[in-house]
Amino acid sequence: MRDLIISALAITWKDLYAEWRTKQVLSTMLIFSGLVIVTFSFAFDPTNNTVRAVIPGMIWVITIFAGILGLNRSFISEQYNDSLHGLIVSPIDPSSIYLGKFLSNFIIVLFVQIITIPLLFILFEYKMNGNILLFVLVLFLGSVGFICVGTFLAALSANSRSSEMLLPIILFPVISPIVIAAVQSTRILLIDVEEIESLFSWISLMAGYDLLFFVFCFFLFEFIMEV
Amino acid sequence: MHRSLVWILIILMSAALYLVFIWSPIEKVMGNVQKIFYFHVGSAWVAFLAFGVVFVYSILFLIKRKRSYDMIAGISAEIGVLFTAIVLTTGPIWGRSAWNTWWTWEPRLTTTFILFFLYLAYIFIRRMDGAWEKKARLAAVFGIISFIDVPIVFMAIRWWNSKLHPIVFGDAPNQSGGGIEGEMLATLLFCLGVITLLYIVLLQKGIYIEKTKLAVENYKKITYR
Repeated sequence: MRDLIISALAITWKDLYAEWRTKQVLSTMLIFSGLVIVTFSFAFDPTNNTVRAVIPGMIWVITIFAGILGLNRSFISEQYNDSLHGLIVSPIDPSSIYLGKFLSNFIIVLFVQIITIPLLFILFEYKMNGNILLFVLVLFLGSVGFICVGTFLAALSANSRSSEMLLPIILFPVISPIVIAAVQSTRILLIDVEEIESLFSWISLMAGYDLLFFVFCFFLFEFIMEV
Repeated sequence: MHRSLVWILIILMSAALYLVFIWSPIEKVMGNVQKIFYFHVGSAWVAFLAFGVVFVYSILFLIKRKRSYDMIAGISAEIGVLFTAIVLTTGPIWGRSAWNTWWTWEPRLTTTFILFFLYLAYIFIRRMDGAWEKKARLAAVFGIISFIDVPIVFMAIRWWNSKLHPIVFGDAPNQSGGGIEGEMLATLLFCLGVITLLYIVLLQKGIYIEKTKLAVENYKKITYR
Protein backbone atom coordinates (compact mmCIF):
# COMPACT_ATOMS: atom_id res chain seq x y z
CA MET A 1 0.00 0.00 0.00
CA ARG A 2 2.79 2.41 0.93
CA ASP A 3 4.81 1.48 -2.17
CA LEU A 4 1.71 2.02 -4.28
CA ILE A 5 1.25 5.56 -3.01
CA ILE A 6 4.94 6.43 -3.24
CA SER A 7 5.19 5.27 -6.85
CA ALA A 8 1.91 7.03 -7.66
CA LEU A 9 3.25 10.27 -6.23
CA ALA A 10 6.45 9.80 -8.24
CA ILE A 11 4.39 9.53 -11.44
CA THR A 12 2.35 12.58 -10.46
CA TRP A 13 5.52 14.53 -9.78
CA LYS A 14 7.03 13.44 -13.11
CA ASP A 15 3.89 14.50 -15.00
CA LEU A 16 3.58 17.84 -13.29
CA TYR A 17 7.29 18.54 -13.70
CA ALA A 18 7.14 17.71 -17.42
CA GLU A 19 4.12 19.97 -17.68
CA TRP A 20 5.93 22.72 -15.80
CA ARG A 21 8.83 22.53 -18.25
CA THR A 22 6.69 22.90 -21.36
CA LYS A 23 3.45 24.44 -20.01
CA GLN A 24 1.93 23.11 -23.22
CA VAL A 25 -1.26 21.49 -21.93
CA LEU A 26 -2.01 24.04 -19.26
CA SER A 27 -1.66 27.03 -21.57
CA THR A 28 -3.84 25.32 -24.19
CA MET A 29 -6.50 24.59 -21.62
CA LEU A 30 -6.46 28.13 -20.24
CA ILE A 31 -6.60 29.77 -23.68
CA PHE A 32 -9.37 27.40 -24.68
CA SER A 33 -11.45 28.18 -21.58
CA GLY A 34 -10.90 31.90 -22.14
CA LEU A 35 -12.19 31.52 -25.68
CA VAL A 36 -15.20 29.56 -24.44
CA ILE A 37 -16.03 32.40 -22.02
CA VAL A 38 -15.70 34.95 -24.83
CA THR A 39 -17.98 32.86 -27.06
CA PHE A 40 -20.51 32.60 -24.24
CA SER A 41 -20.43 36.36 -23.76
CA PHE A 42 -21.40 36.72 -27.42
CA ALA A 43 -24.08 34.07 -27.13
CA PHE A 44 -25.63 35.44 -23.94
CA ASP A 45 -25.50 39.16 -23.30
CA PRO A 46 -23.53 39.46 -19.99
CA THR A 47 -25.35 42.62 -18.91
CA ASN A 48 -28.66 40.80 -19.01
CA ASN A 49 -29.90 39.61 -15.64
CA THR A 50 -31.30 36.30 -16.91
CA VAL A 51 -27.78 35.21 -17.83
CA ARG A 52 -27.29 34.19 -14.21
CA ALA A 53 -29.30 31.10 -15.07
CA VAL A 54 -26.65 29.76 -17.47
CA ILE A 55 -23.62 30.28 -15.21
CA PRO A 56 -23.80 26.82 -13.52
CA GLY A 57 -23.88 25.13 -16.92
CA MET A 58 -21.00 27.28 -18.17
CA ILE A 59 -18.77 26.35 -15.24
CA TRP A 60 -19.10 22.67 -16.06
CA VAL A 61 -18.93 23.07 -19.83
CA ILE A 62 -15.61 24.88 -19.41
CA THR A 63 -14.28 22.31 -16.92
CA ILE A 64 -15.21 19.32 -19.03
CA PHE A 65 -14.19 20.65 -22.44
CA ALA A 66 -10.89 21.96 -21.16
CA GLY A 67 -10.40 18.78 -19.14
CA ILE A 68 -10.77 16.59 -22.22
CA LEU A 69 -7.90 18.46 -23.88
CA GLY A 70 -5.65 17.57 -20.97
CA LEU A 71 -6.91 13.99 -20.63
CA ASN A 72 -6.17 13.30 -24.28
CA ARG A 73 -2.55 14.28 -23.78
CA SER A 74 -1.95 12.46 -20.53
CA PHE A 75 -1.48 9.02 -22.09
CA ILE A 76 -0.66 9.91 -25.69
CA SER A 77 2.35 11.92 -24.57
CA GLU A 78 3.65 8.75 -22.95
CA GLN A 79 3.55 6.92 -26.24
CA TYR A 80 6.00 9.16 -28.12
CA ASN A 81 9.16 7.54 -26.83
CA ASP A 82 7.34 4.36 -25.93
CA SER A 83 7.56 5.37 -22.29
CA LEU A 84 4.18 3.76 -21.67
CA HIS A 85 5.94 0.40 -22.07
CA GLY A 86 8.49 1.65 -19.60
CA LEU A 87 5.75 2.34 -17.11
CA ILE A 88 4.18 -1.07 -17.67
CA VAL A 89 7.41 -3.04 -17.18
CA SER A 90 8.56 -0.98 -14.23
CA PRO A 91 8.30 -2.91 -10.94
CA ILE A 92 5.20 -1.10 -9.68
CA ASP A 93 1.54 -2.01 -9.39
CA PRO A 94 -0.41 -0.97 -12.52
CA SER A 95 -2.97 0.68 -10.26
CA SER A 96 -0.34 3.16 -9.08
CA ILE A 97 0.02 4.37 -12.69
CA TYR A 98 -3.69 5.08 -12.60
CA LEU A 99 -3.47 6.79 -9.23
CA GLY A 100 -0.53 8.94 -10.32
CA LYS A 101 -2.12 9.97 -13.59
CA PHE A 102 -5.39 10.65 -11.81
CA LEU A 103 -3.68 12.99 -9.34
CA SER A 104 -1.74 14.92 -11.97
CA ASN A 105 -4.81 15.36 -14.19
CA PHE A 106 -6.84 16.41 -11.18
CA ILE A 107 -4.32 19.03 -10.11
CA ILE A 108 -4.17 20.48 -13.62
CA VAL A 109 -7.97 20.68 -13.90
CA LEU A 110 -8.16 22.23 -10.42
CA PHE A 111 -5.66 24.86 -11.51
CA VAL A 112 -7.73 25.67 -14.59
CA GLN A 113 -10.85 25.95 -12.41
CA ILE A 114 -9.13 28.26 -9.94
CA ILE A 115 -8.31 30.65 -12.76
CA THR A 116 -11.39 30.41 -14.98
CA ILE A 117 -14.23 30.45 -12.46
CA PRO A 118 -13.31 33.80 -10.86
CA LEU A 119 -12.68 35.12 -14.38
CA LEU A 120 -16.15 33.97 -15.39
CA PHE A 121 -17.70 35.61 -12.34
CA ILE A 122 -15.86 38.88 -13.03
CA LEU A 123 -16.65 39.03 -16.72
CA PHE A 124 -20.32 38.20 -16.16
CA GLU A 125 -20.54 40.51 -13.14
CA TYR A 126 -21.81 37.72 -10.94
CA LYS A 127 -21.63 38.27 -7.20
CA MET A 128 -21.14 35.11 -5.20
CA ASN A 129 -23.46 35.22 -2.21
CA GLY A 130 -24.01 31.53 -1.51
CA ASN A 131 -22.04 29.22 0.73
CA ILE A 132 -18.48 29.20 -0.63
CA LEU A 133 -17.40 26.09 1.25
CA LEU A 134 -20.28 24.07 -0.20
CA PHE A 135 -19.50 25.46 -3.63
CA VAL A 136 -15.89 24.28 -3.32
CA LEU A 137 -17.11 20.87 -2.16
CA VAL A 138 -19.38 20.55 -5.20
CA LEU A 139 -16.56 21.58 -7.53
CA PHE A 140 -14.26 19.09 -5.84
CA LEU A 141 -16.67 16.13 -5.99
CA GLY A 142 -17.67 16.84 -9.58
CA SER A 143 -14.09 17.16 -10.78
CA VAL A 144 -13.01 14.01 -8.93
CA GLY A 145 -15.72 11.98 -10.66
CA PHE A 146 -14.98 13.46 -14.05
CA ILE A 147 -11.21 13.01 -13.82
CA CYS A 148 -11.48 9.54 -12.29
CA VAL A 149 -13.50 8.19 -15.22
CA GLY A 150 -11.68 10.45 -17.69
CA THR A 151 -8.21 9.19 -16.80
CA PHE A 152 -9.40 5.61 -17.06
CA LEU A 153 -11.05 6.04 -20.44
CA ALA A 154 -8.12 8.13 -21.72
CA ALA A 155 -5.92 5.13 -21.01
CA LEU A 156 -8.45 2.93 -22.81
CA SER A 157 -8.71 5.13 -25.89
CA ALA A 158 -4.93 5.70 -26.06
CA ASN A 159 -4.78 2.21 -27.56
CA SER A 160 -6.51 3.46 -30.65
CA ARG A 161 -4.90 5.53 -33.40
CA SER A 162 -7.89 7.89 -33.47
CA SER A 163 -7.94 8.41 -29.70
CA GLU A 164 -8.78 12.12 -29.86
CA MET A 165 -12.03 11.24 -31.58
CA LEU A 166 -12.77 8.18 -29.48
CA LEU A 167 -12.34 9.70 -26.02
CA PRO A 168 -15.24 12.23 -26.07
CA ILE A 169 -17.60 9.65 -27.55
CA ILE A 170 -16.96 7.07 -24.86
CA LEU A 171 -16.49 9.57 -22.02
CA PHE A 172 -19.64 11.73 -22.22
CA PRO A 173 -22.25 8.98 -21.73
CA VAL A 174 -20.39 7.49 -18.76
CA ILE A 175 -19.97 10.81 -16.95
CA SER A 176 -23.52 11.98 -17.68
CA PRO A 177 -24.77 11.22 -14.11
CA ILE A 178 -22.00 13.26 -12.54
CA VAL A 179 -22.53 16.10 -15.00
CA ILE A 180 -26.26 16.17 -14.22
CA ALA A 181 -25.60 16.10 -10.48
CA ALA A 182 -22.82 18.68 -10.64
CA VAL A 183 -24.81 21.15 -12.74
CA GLN A 184 -27.92 20.72 -10.59
CA SER A 185 -26.10 21.21 -7.31
CA THR A 186 -24.19 24.22 -8.67
CA ARG A 187 -27.49 25.67 -9.85
CA ILE A 188 -29.02 25.17 -6.41
CA LEU A 189 -26.04 26.82 -4.72
CA LEU A 190 -25.79 29.80 -7.06
CA ILE A 191 -29.38 30.50 -8.06
CA ASP A 192 -32.13 28.50 -6.35
CA VAL A 193 -30.91 28.76 -2.78
CA GLU A 194 -34.38 27.98 -1.48
CA GLU A 195 -34.07 24.37 -2.72
CA ILE A 196 -31.07 23.82 -0.49
CA GLU A 197 -32.46 20.66 1.12
CA SER A 198 -32.34 18.76 -2.18
CA LEU A 199 -28.68 19.75 -2.54
CA PHE A 200 -27.58 17.02 -0.18
CA SER A 201 -29.10 14.21 -2.21
CA TRP A 202 -27.17 15.48 -5.24
CA ILE A 203 -23.98 15.71 -3.20
CA SER A 204 -24.42 12.19 -1.88
CA LEU A 205 -25.07 10.99 -5.44
CA MET A 206 -21.76 12.56 -6.52
CA ALA A 207 -19.91 11.09 -3.56
CA GLY A 208 -21.35 7.64 -4.28
CA TYR A 209 -20.49 7.92 -7.97
CA ASP A 210 -16.93 9.00 -7.17
CA LEU A 211 -16.39 6.15 -4.76
CA LEU A 212 -17.93 3.45 -6.97
CA PHE A 213 -16.15 4.48 -10.14
CA PHE A 214 -12.86 5.06 -8.37
CA VAL A 215 -12.93 1.51 -6.98
CA PHE A 216 -13.93 -0.03 -10.32
CA CYS A 217 -11.38 1.95 -12.33
CA PHE A 218 -8.67 1.22 -9.80
CA PHE A 219 -9.15 -2.53 -10.08
CA LEU A 220 -9.92 -2.74 -13.79
CA PHE A 221 -6.95 -0.59 -14.77
CA GLU A 222 -4.52 -3.49 -14.99
CA PHE A 223 -6.65 -5.08 -17.71
CA ILE A 224 -6.22 -1.94 -19.80
CA MET A 225 -2.48 -1.79 -19.25
CA GLU A 226 -1.77 -5.31 -20.52
CA VAL A 227 0.29 -5.33 -23.69
CA MET B 1 -31.88 -26.30 -34.76
CA HIS B 2 -31.52 -22.79 -36.19
CA ARG B 3 -34.12 -23.28 -38.86
CA SER B 4 -36.67 -24.90 -36.56
CA LEU B 5 -36.27 -22.01 -34.11
CA VAL B 6 -36.93 -19.55 -36.91
CA TRP B 7 -40.09 -21.42 -37.90
CA ILE B 8 -41.32 -21.54 -34.31
CA LEU B 9 -40.61 -17.83 -34.09
CA ILE B 10 -42.63 -17.08 -37.22
CA ILE B 11 -45.62 -19.02 -35.90
CA LEU B 12 -45.43 -17.43 -32.47
CA MET B 13 -44.96 -13.98 -34.01
CA SER B 14 -48.16 -14.29 -35.99
CA ALA B 15 -49.92 -15.53 -32.87
CA ALA B 16 -48.60 -12.50 -30.99
CA LEU B 17 -49.81 -10.16 -33.74
CA TYR B 18 -53.23 -11.82 -33.58
CA LEU B 19 -53.33 -11.42 -29.81
CA VAL B 20 -52.22 -7.81 -29.95
CA PHE B 21 -54.42 -6.53 -32.74
CA ILE B 22 -57.54 -8.70 -32.60
CA TRP B 23 -57.89 -10.61 -29.36
CA SER B 24 -56.87 -8.06 -26.70
CA PRO B 25 -59.40 -5.32 -25.90
CA ILE B 26 -58.94 -1.76 -27.07
CA GLU B 27 -57.90 0.65 -24.33
CA LYS B 28 -60.64 3.13 -23.47
CA VAL B 29 -58.69 6.37 -23.20
CA MET B 30 -55.90 5.95 -25.71
CA GLY B 31 -57.60 3.72 -28.22
CA ASN B 32 -55.58 1.84 -30.79
CA VAL B 33 -52.35 3.66 -29.98
CA GLN B 34 -52.13 1.72 -26.76
CA LYS B 35 -51.24 -1.42 -28.78
CA ILE B 36 -47.72 -0.06 -29.31
CA PHE B 37 -47.24 -0.67 -25.59
CA TYR B 38 -46.77 -4.43 -26.09
CA PHE B 39 -43.85 -4.02 -28.48
CA HIS B 40 -42.46 -1.10 -26.52
CA VAL B 41 -42.25 -2.97 -23.23
CA GLY B 42 -41.00 -6.10 -24.97
CA SER B 43 -38.19 -4.23 -26.70
CA ALA B 44 -37.20 -2.48 -23.48
CA TRP B 45 -37.00 -5.80 -21.67
CA VAL B 46 -34.88 -7.37 -24.44
CA ALA B 47 -32.58 -4.34 -24.46
CA PHE B 48 -31.94 -4.73 -20.73
CA LEU B 49 -31.50 -8.48 -21.13
CA ALA B 50 -29.02 -7.93 -23.97
CA PHE B 51 -26.97 -5.45 -21.92
CA GLY B 52 -27.03 -7.83 -18.99
CA VAL B 53 -25.63 -10.52 -21.27
CA VAL B 54 -22.90 -8.09 -22.36
CA PHE B 55 -22.01 -7.51 -18.71
CA VAL B 56 -21.86 -11.21 -17.81
CA TYR B 57 -19.86 -12.23 -20.88
CA SER B 58 -17.48 -9.28 -20.43
CA ILE B 59 -16.60 -10.54 -16.96
CA LEU B 60 -16.33 -14.12 -18.24
CA PHE B 61 -14.04 -12.95 -21.03
CA LEU B 62 -11.70 -11.14 -18.66
CA ILE B 63 -11.43 -14.33 -16.59
CA LYS B 64 -11.29 -17.02 -19.27
CA ARG B 65 -10.10 -15.10 -22.38
CA LYS B 66 -12.16 -17.16 -24.79
CA ARG B 67 -12.91 -15.60 -28.14
CA SER B 68 -16.49 -16.91 -28.20
CA TYR B 69 -17.34 -14.98 -25.02
CA ASP B 70 -16.16 -11.77 -26.63
CA MET B 71 -18.18 -12.59 -29.72
CA ILE B 72 -21.39 -13.13 -27.73
CA ALA B 73 -20.89 -9.88 -25.82
CA GLY B 74 -20.33 -7.91 -29.02
CA ILE B 75 -23.36 -9.31 -30.83
CA SER B 76 -25.55 -8.91 -27.77
CA ALA B 77 -24.56 -5.24 -27.53
CA GLU B 78 -25.49 -4.70 -31.17
CA ILE B 79 -28.89 -6.31 -30.65
CA GLY B 80 -29.36 -4.27 -27.48
CA VAL B 81 -28.65 -1.03 -29.31
CA LEU B 82 -31.12 -2.05 -32.01
CA PHE B 83 -33.87 -2.72 -29.47
CA THR B 84 -33.09 0.48 -27.56
CA ALA B 85 -33.55 2.29 -30.86
CA ILE B 86 -36.95 0.58 -31.22
CA VAL B 87 -37.87 1.66 -27.68
CA LEU B 88 -36.78 5.21 -28.43
CA THR B 89 -38.88 5.36 -31.60
CA THR B 90 -42.03 3.65 -30.37
CA GLY B 91 -41.97 5.67 -27.14
CA PRO B 92 -42.38 9.10 -28.78
CA ILE B 93 -45.13 7.77 -31.07
CA TRP B 94 -47.02 6.63 -27.99
CA GLY B 95 -46.12 9.77 -26.06
CA ARG B 96 -47.39 12.01 -28.83
CA SER B 97 -50.93 10.75 -28.28
CA ALA B 98 -50.71 10.09 -24.54
CA TRP B 99 -48.75 13.13 -23.31
CA ASN B 100 -49.28 15.32 -26.39
CA THR B 101 -45.55 15.71 -26.85
CA TRP B 102 -42.91 13.74 -28.72
CA TRP B 103 -40.27 13.98 -26.08
CA THR B 104 -39.95 15.24 -22.53
CA TRP B 105 -36.79 15.13 -20.47
CA GLU B 106 -38.50 12.81 -18.07
CA PRO B 107 -36.01 10.70 -16.07
CA ARG B 108 -36.82 7.38 -17.66
CA LEU B 109 -36.51 8.80 -21.17
CA THR B 110 -33.23 10.50 -20.35
CA THR B 111 -31.72 7.37 -18.87
CA THR B 112 -32.74 5.29 -21.85
CA PHE B 113 -31.20 7.86 -24.16
CA ILE B 114 -27.92 7.74 -22.22
CA LEU B 115 -28.04 3.93 -22.33
CA PHE B 116 -28.28 4.10 -26.12
CA PHE B 117 -25.18 6.29 -26.36
CA LEU B 118 -23.24 4.17 -23.87
CA TYR B 119 -23.58 1.06 -25.98
CA LEU B 120 -22.97 2.96 -29.20
CA ALA B 121 -19.66 3.93 -27.58
CA TYR B 122 -19.11 0.25 -26.77
CA ILE B 123 -19.56 -0.62 -30.44
CA PHE B 124 -17.13 2.19 -31.35
CA ILE B 125 -14.50 0.57 -29.15
CA ARG B 126 -15.06 -2.76 -30.86
CA ARG B 127 -14.56 -1.09 -34.24
CA MET B 128 -11.18 0.30 -33.17
CA ASP B 129 -8.07 -0.68 -35.09
CA GLY B 130 -5.74 -3.31 -33.71
CA ALA B 131 -5.58 -6.95 -32.77
CA TRP B 132 -8.76 -8.64 -31.59
CA GLU B 133 -7.35 -9.56 -28.16
CA LYS B 134 -6.69 -5.91 -27.39
CA LYS B 135 -10.06 -4.73 -28.66
CA ALA B 136 -11.89 -7.51 -26.85
CA ARG B 137 -10.13 -6.72 -23.58
CA LEU B 138 -10.86 -2.99 -23.77
CA ALA B 139 -14.45 -3.57 -24.87
CA ALA B 140 -14.99 -5.98 -21.98
CA VAL B 141 -13.69 -3.41 -19.51
CA PHE B 142 -15.96 -0.78 -21.00
CA GLY B 143 -18.88 -3.20 -20.98
CA ILE B 144 -18.48 -3.62 -17.23
CA ILE B 145 -18.02 0.11 -16.56
CA SER B 146 -21.00 1.15 -18.64
CA PHE B 147 -23.28 -1.40 -17.02
CA ILE B 148 -22.65 -0.09 -13.51
CA ASP B 149 -23.63 3.33 -14.80
CA VAL B 150 -27.23 2.25 -15.38
CA PRO B 151 -28.33 1.62 -11.77
CA ILE B 152 -26.69 4.88 -10.69
CA VAL B 153 -28.66 6.81 -13.26
CA PHE B 154 -31.82 5.12 -12.10
CA MET B 155 -31.13 5.90 -8.46
CA ALA B 156 -30.41 9.55 -9.21
CA ILE B 157 -33.74 9.72 -10.91
CA ARG B 158 -35.58 8.35 -7.92
CA TRP B 159 -34.00 10.96 -5.65
CA TRP B 160 -34.70 13.66 -8.14
CA ASN B 161 -38.31 12.59 -8.52
CA SER B 162 -39.00 12.37 -4.83
CA LYS B 163 -37.70 15.89 -4.24
CA LEU B 164 -38.69 17.95 -7.24
CA HIS B 165 -41.13 15.97 -9.37
CA PRO B 166 -43.39 13.89 -7.21
CA ILE B 167 -45.64 12.93 -10.13
CA VAL B 168 -44.30 10.04 -12.15
CA PHE B 169 -45.84 9.65 -15.52
CA GLY B 170 -44.67 6.80 -17.51
CA ASP B 171 -45.47 3.51 -19.01
CA ALA B 172 -43.60 1.41 -16.50
CA PRO B 173 -45.20 -2.02 -16.41
CA ASN B 174 -45.07 -2.18 -12.62
CA GLN B 175 -47.23 0.93 -12.33
CA SER B 176 -49.98 -0.21 -14.64
CA GLY B 177 -49.45 -3.87 -13.77
CA GLY B 178 -51.94 -3.76 -10.91
CA GLY B 179 -54.77 -2.19 -12.85
CA ILE B 180 -54.18 -3.91 -16.16
CA GLU B 181 -56.91 -5.97 -17.83
CA GLY B 182 -56.34 -9.72 -17.59
CA GLU B 183 -56.35 -10.24 -21.33
CA MET B 184 -53.96 -7.35 -21.84
CA LEU B 185 -51.58 -8.78 -19.27
CA ALA B 186 -51.67 -12.18 -20.98
CA THR B 187 -50.94 -10.56 -24.34
CA LEU B 188 -48.09 -8.55 -22.82
CA LEU B 189 -46.50 -11.61 -21.26
CA PHE B 190 -46.86 -13.54 -24.50
CA CYS B 191 -45.24 -10.69 -26.40
CA LEU B 192 -42.36 -10.55 -23.92
CA GLY B 193 -41.77 -14.26 -24.48
CA VAL B 194 -41.87 -13.98 -28.25
CA ILE B 195 -39.52 -11.01 -28.37
CA THR B 196 -37.11 -12.82 -26.06
CA LEU B 197 -37.17 -15.71 -28.52
CA LEU B 198 -36.45 -13.20 -31.31
CA TYR B 199 -33.42 -12.08 -29.32
CA ILE B 200 -32.19 -15.65 -29.01
CA VAL B 201 -32.61 -16.25 -32.74
CA LEU B 202 -30.79 -13.01 -33.59
CA LEU B 203 -27.99 -13.89 -31.19
CA GLN B 204 -27.58 -17.32 -32.76
CA LYS B 205 -27.53 -15.89 -36.26
CA GLY B 206 -25.00 -13.27 -35.20
CA ILE B 207 -22.68 -15.86 -33.72
CA TYR B 208 -23.02 -17.98 -36.86
CA ILE B 209 -22.10 -15.01 -39.09
CA GLU B 210 -19.13 -14.04 -36.90
CA LYS B 211 -17.82 -17.61 -36.93
CA THR B 212 -18.14 -17.74 -40.71
CA LYS B 213 -16.20 -14.49 -41.00
CA LEU B 214 -13.48 -15.92 -38.81
CA ALA B 215 -13.28 -19.05 -40.91
CA VAL B 216 -12.97 -16.98 -44.09
CA GLU B 217 -10.19 -14.91 -42.54
CA ASN B 218 -8.31 -18.02 -41.58
CA TYR B 219 -8.55 -19.39 -45.13
CA LYS B 220 -7.22 -16.07 -46.45
CA LYS B 221 -4.26 -16.24 -44.11
CA ILE B 222 -3.45 -19.73 -45.31
CA THR B 223 -3.62 -18.85 -49.01
CA TYR B 224 -1.59 -15.64 -48.79
CA ARG B 225 1.16 -17.08 -46.66
